[in-house]
Amino acid sequence: MTNPVLSVKDLSVTFGRRAIIRNLSFEVYEGDCVAIIGPNGAGKTVLLRALLHLIPYTGEILWSRNARLGYVPQKIAADRQLPFSARDLLAAKAGHLKLPSAELEQVSTELGLTNELLSASIGTLSGGQFQKLLIAFALLGQPNVLLFDEPTASLDELTEERIYEQLHSLQKDKSMTILLVSHDLSVVYRYANMVLCLSKGKPCMGPPKEILTPAMLQDLYAAPSQYYQHIHEHERLNHDSQDRRKC
Amino acid sequence: MLREQGPLLVLALFFALAAGMVGCIALMKRMLLAGDVISHLALPGLGLAFLFTVNPVMGGGATLFLGTFLVWQLQKKTGLATEAAIGVIFAAALAIGAAVTPREDLVESLFGELPKISPVGFLLGMVAVLFVIFSVFLLKDQLSLTIFSPDLAAATGVNVSRLDLDFLLLFSLTVLVGMRFMGALLASALIIVPAATARQLTNKLSHFVLLAEATSLLSVTAGFLLSVFVFKFSTAGPTIAILSSMLFGLSLLRKTR
Repeated sequence: MTNPVLSVKDLSVTFGRRAIIRNLSFEVYEGDCVAIIGPNGAGKTVLLRALLHLIPYTGEILWSRNARLGYVPQKIAADRQLPFSARDLLAAKAGHLKLPSAELEQVSTELGLTNELLSASIGTLSGGQFQKLLIAFALLGQPNVLLFDEPTASLDELTEERIYEQLHSLQKDKSMTILLVSHDLSVVYRYANMVLCLSKGKPCMGPPKEILTPAMLQDLYAAPSQYYQHIHEHERLNHDSQDRRKC
Repeated sequence: MLREQGPLLVLALFFALAAGMVGCIALMKRMLLAGDVISHLALPGLGLAFLFTVNPVMGGGATLFLGTFLVWQLQKKTGLATEAAIGVIFAAALAIGAAVTPREDLVESLFGELPKISPVGFLLGMVAVLFVIFSVFLLKDQLSLTIFSPDLAAATGVNVSRLDLDFLLLFSLTVLVGMRFMGALLASALIIVPAATARQLTNKLSHFVLLAEATSLLSVTAGFLLSVFVFKFSTAGPTIAILSSMLFGLSLLRKTR
């Protein structure tokens, strides 16, 4: 097996005296789509923030040398009243990373951000458009690892579906590695090839068919969980022989 | 008269440009209150400088930058305790400044004066404001990212905490230059009010900065000339601040937000 893109050893994060993550170890390989699941308060967002070195932690987080990270946060505390257009925001990142302006145009086109949307004030964007902007922001700089924290939270089903399809095709076309926090187990089953579950007990990691069993979910959420196991026909045929590069 | 005050007017105009830029960022970072507090931190230093007949800019500068560091440390924490601490620093700085400043110098330190500026003072002032303008221009992308989301900025490789300190220092340097003719109480007015005025008038970032610069320049030019030639005041600070506030009042009539 190739070297991991991400190697985490004995990671612990505490807020005050409260341990949010305790001695967590796992590895992620190139092209993996790892879904991070767990009940509220299990530390999913905290884990992503630690992986990005946004909060203090103990233990080891080792990204491979060629890892370029893109991040789409769950909620953004951005002031929608700011006098920023979508283009101002993307241009600021492109300027900071010294990217050619053609890349900004390319990413915008890929995500269907029209000139009209790019010129619009961020305060006037709908939830779905704003989320697309955040995804475009994450994709600037040609990242090969994307960290998504519930990228479709608070969006309607149709927009959610479109965004996941877009992520899926981006991942497939550019063989990106994805770490995805999601509460939606059908999304997890559909797109992830590995699942990392965080809970008060021992964290676990494995392919969805091993992790997303009724018994494991009962243990994880401490309540019977129901989910829609969404498998396309062509996926169903290959399901048993899936390797790590499922999504 | 204009020949005497010419260099000060030139410095004031460049200060207006720097103040307009810094004010826009401070407004978007929602740190106008912290910025206002910072400007008042110069007061104890000014008072001590008058007391011991040291150059007031040096005295004011010393406590200003010390206070800036203090506010930066407090900003790293969040919540009511921080706001309360900043409020306490504000009150304490004003009280200490008023207590130690000799009575005859109190008005000058609070509201500034129109001194004859020495060539060295002019040169240092110009270097300082040009440094502020150049630095803000260089840091504009990082500042924009941090204003939008500190987390996204950090994930993009911006050292947010360091950038916060850099910006606070630029804010303080701007206040320090403006303090001579605007006074410690009013120096921050020219940072805060033009930005607030411009924000009422536009939702576009580039227009916002340009309008803040224009409002700032208009306030300083008109305020300075009125103070010197019409009212024959010994200070221009109050006139500039009043004009600036009047422009803000007018902007409310054409509010676009």
